[in-house]
Amino acid sequence: MAENILELQNLKKHFPTTSGGLFNRQKGVVKAVDGVSLSIGVGETVGLVGESGCGKTTAGRTVMKLYEPTEGKILFQGEDITNYSRHQMMPFRSQMQMIFQDPFASLNPRHTVGTIVGASYDIHGIKPAGGVENAVRDLLERVGLNPEHINRFPHEFSGGQRQRIGIARAIALKPKLIVADEPVSALDVSIQAQVVNLLDDLQQEFGLSYLFVAHDLSVVQHISDRVVVMYLGKVMESAPTQSLFSSPRHPYTKALLSAVPIPDPKIERARERILLQGDLPSPVNPPAGCVFNTRCWKAQDTCRTVVPEPVQIAPNHILACHYPEPAK
Amino acid sequence: MSTFLEVKNLHVSFPTEDGAVLASNDVSYSVALGETLAIVGESGSGKSVANLAVMGLHNPQRTKISGSAILHLPEGPIDVLSAPNETVRRLRGKAMSMIFQDPMSALHPFYTIGDQIAEAWALYNEGSKADGIKRAVEMLDLVGIPDASKRVHEYPHQFSGGMRQRVMIAMALVNNPSLLIADEPTTALDVTVQSQILRLLADLQKEFNMAVILITHDLGVVAEVADRVSVMYSGRVVESAPIDEIFYNTTHPYTRGLLNSIPRVDNNGIGTRLKAIPGQPPSLISVPKGCAFEARCEFASHVSGGLCHAVNPDLVEKAPSHFGRCHLTGQQVIEIANQNNGVK
Amino acid sequence: MLKYVSQRLFYTVLLLLLVSLSVYFIFDLLPVDPARLVCSKNCSPALLRDTRHKLGLDVSVIEQWLRFLQGLFIGRDYGVAAAAIHCPAPAFGYSFSRHECVSTVLSHAFPVTLSLAVLAFILWMTVGVSLGVLAARKKGSIFDRVSTVFVLIGTSLPTFLTGVLVVIFIILKFNLVDPLEIGNWSNPLTDPIGWLQTFIWPAATLAFAYAATYTRFTRSNVIETSSEDFIRTARAKGLSEKVILRKHTLRAALAPLVTLAGLDFAGLLGGAIITEKVFGLDGLGGISIEAVTSSYDLPIIVGTTIVASTFVVVANLIVDITYAFIDPRVRHA
Repeated sequence: MAENILELQNLKKHFPTTSGGLFNRQKGVVKAVDGVSLSIGVGETVGLVGESGCGKTTAGRTVMKLYEPTEGKILFQGEDITNYSRHQMMPFRSQMQMIFQDPFASLNPRHTVGTIVGASYDIHGIKPAGGVENAVRDLLERVGLNPEHINRFPHEFSGGQRQRIGIARAIALKPKLIVADEPVSALDVSIQAQVVNLLDDLQQEFGLSYLFVAHDLSVVQHISDRVVVMYLGKVMESAPTQSLFSSPRHPYTKALLSAVPIPDPKIERARERILLQGDLPSPVNPPAGCVFNTRCWKAQDTCRTVVPEPVQIAPNHILACHYPEPAK
Repeated sequence: MSTFLEVKNLHVSFPTEDGAVLASNDVSYSVALGETLAIVGESGSGKSVANLAVMGLHNPQRTKISGSAILHLPEGPIDVLSAPNETVRRLRGKAMSMIFQDPMSALHPFYTIGDQIAEAWALYNEGSKADGIKRAVEMLDLVGIPDASKRVHEYPHQFSGGMRQRVMIAMALVNNPSLLIADEPTTALDVTVQSQILRLLADLQKEFNMAVILITHDLGVVAEVADRVSVMYSGRVVESAPIDEIFYNTTHPYTRGLLNSIPRVDNNGIGTRLKAIPGQPPSLISVPKGCAFEARCEFASHVSGGLCHAVNPDLVEKAPSHFGRCHLTGQQVIEIANQNNGVK
Repeated sequence: MLKYVSQRLFYTVLLLLLVSLSVYFIFDLLPVDPARLVCSKNCSPALLRDTRHKLGLDVSVIEQWLRFLQGLFIGRDYGVAAAAIHCPAPAFGYSFSRHECVSTVLSHAFPVTLSLAVLAFILWMTVGVSLGVLAARKKGSIFDRVSTVFVLIGTSLPTFLTGVLVVIFIILKFNLVDPLEIGNWSNPLTDPIGWLQTFIWPAATLAFAYAATYTRFTRSNVIETSSEDFIRTARAKGLSEKVILRKHTLRAALAPLVTLAGLDFAGLLGGAIITEKVFGLDGLGGISIEAVTSSYDLPIIVGTTIVASTFVVVANLIVDITYAFIDPRVRHA
């Protein structure tokens, strides 16, 4: 296999919770990301899924070094960037970019589209051939916007168009990796498909790699080559998309898939649902043993005491479960 | 099944500085006791606006409403759009209830959930505060909140999102309403919690023989719970039919586009392209003269004489109890779609 | 809760110690020698040294401060031998310009300030909150626009100007109050009319500016709360508009007002310098401004500063506890 663009080794990000007051003593720790390992190859898309509070967004931001990792390693093209300073990160910033969920909040309302998209060039001191304005026009056209709108402000665009602006900004410096944090979940269904297709096209054209963070399994399934399923900061299962969706081995993956409604009434009527009981436990005080044991219908005593180690059960298929589902 | 709510020719518009926003444009739908009507559409389609008008929850100073919405109550029909405000208020919570998208902000942060449910109960029942709390505990039990007699004294922020939506449901049903309007009730929730809530709503509907209107953008949710579906686009109902008709005999190009554009978790679509609907919905301020979907419609070229651009089609019965708003017949749409697929 | 309160009390004491210490240090930096001011015109070096010793200025700042602390608890003697004056605990010091213990000065000044603050507070809360609620309910109406003008005038006119206008027109021109009676202290328990006559106009002057701010704040909070989802829920339940306003909107909209009102009131208890000056009231504000500008009377300044900061930090504590009772989210955080 080709060299990995990104490799995470046992990445952890813990946030301290404090008591407040003058001395602000540390009360506990939220293990938002607690030992995530994954790798992304050139031109590959890895989906990172899970429910709210599972740590997928924190993981994405830690990869971008928007948060300092607590433990573990981040390798970018084989280079260990875990402890790089802001200054040391500069050359990498142009190679890894981020797309955000909220196309309304992530664009500066006082800047024109030209300024927003062109800023990347200025920050990294890059002078594109033909000038910044021409480069921005090309980018706008590439993401399906009218290049004549270069002097408009974000509020003059619809949600889908703003997300295109965000994408244009992200690809301006021809990055190798894009971390996309819920890039389509704020968009209407018909617009969502347009943006997903755009991301597909750009990947083909520029050989991009994506870390696609999302809660919508159907979109993740569509766009990803491999999928990593997280729950309470830990990886439950990670596998090539095909095998994960056709034969989920972790009970949580299975329950998650079974909960996604399918837009087909006949299938829905015939379907057997796994209804998980209760809600996600608090990440401040996660269950002992397997973090999923409180909601798992297969949980045994072992699950309540022993943390299941991630095990490779097939090529590229990693599973952390004491009592996995049988393979189909 | 007896029809409980009948909405006819509902227009809702909001005057703004740039002109009136026509958010609901000649909308008609109905729902019977024991039936679930799903109203599907994207943001700005008017699906919430129409139902807020039925509930009488728009600010009368900033909204213009016309048309009729008849509730068939046991004591006789009443048009909630023309009835006095006070009369409609006495129907809210009793004849018709509503739950909302964001359970995080829909409950008052300063009152215990018991107080909030008891308050709703006390509006239509005689009894002490303690009776109200007792009733609240029963309702919390009913909606599956464990340890209800203890949790009734807790505050909304002590509940998770899914639990708060259960509380909202308990509060909405405390006076046994005949109609429940659920506005995107699971959109803010995680999928595993979404299926719990949808299951709960379905069970309660059966138990109380309620008419349910489910407002949603998610066709998967529709497929799971609806009996009938009305699809809205740009303030209008464009297709309305029993559930299987909508999914398997789709006659409107927009509904078709929606169904094709969503990835499905059960069919592995790796490497295929999603069939996106190009463009975006028109502004609700300057409503096109013709069909609102014309600019994005791949079928419009099959209609001669620029009819789609010039004339807005009426909502007509395309097949028994299957209504569509398109110049093409249902058969034509299906044939053209098959041809296009064949060519590609 | 108890743990929280005791913790907060501990910080309060610590803060007050720091405040008093810094007053001593700041005063030490001033290029003025209070002893020279106190010492009579034909001041000899010996007399000056003597005065300095009497004022307790001949030791280091830290020691001056420590003596002050000691006096707070056990009282203190000023002067030497038979001529010594005893100030009982809590002794803030001895004012040589007024020839009185600071505690005595404060005990005369405080009721004046308290009267002014209480009356002003009642006025501005009543006017501000009711105007704000009405303006919000009738948003866009003539009434709303008139209240906006009131807010504009109230927030932009400085107190010294409104104060002077009140003195000129209401008191001097229309003779609503006998000018000779201005600033006279009357006990509210024995002579409520006289008390009211003394304080109503200064309080109104002070309240004017505050009422404008509170009108604006209340109006925007009520409007904002009215568009909250939980108000829509209340309406969907079938509650009447009256109940929605009283039980749901106002409760949430006015909660932040508790913080603001508590701190503003506490701030006034330290003395409303300008208003007291304009109306010739001998409150805490009046005596501190005099101590600072003419007599450099350190003990008075320390005394008023400590009193004022005590009110502010204690009010902070009370406000926080009250808020926790109103908003359960704070209580459980």
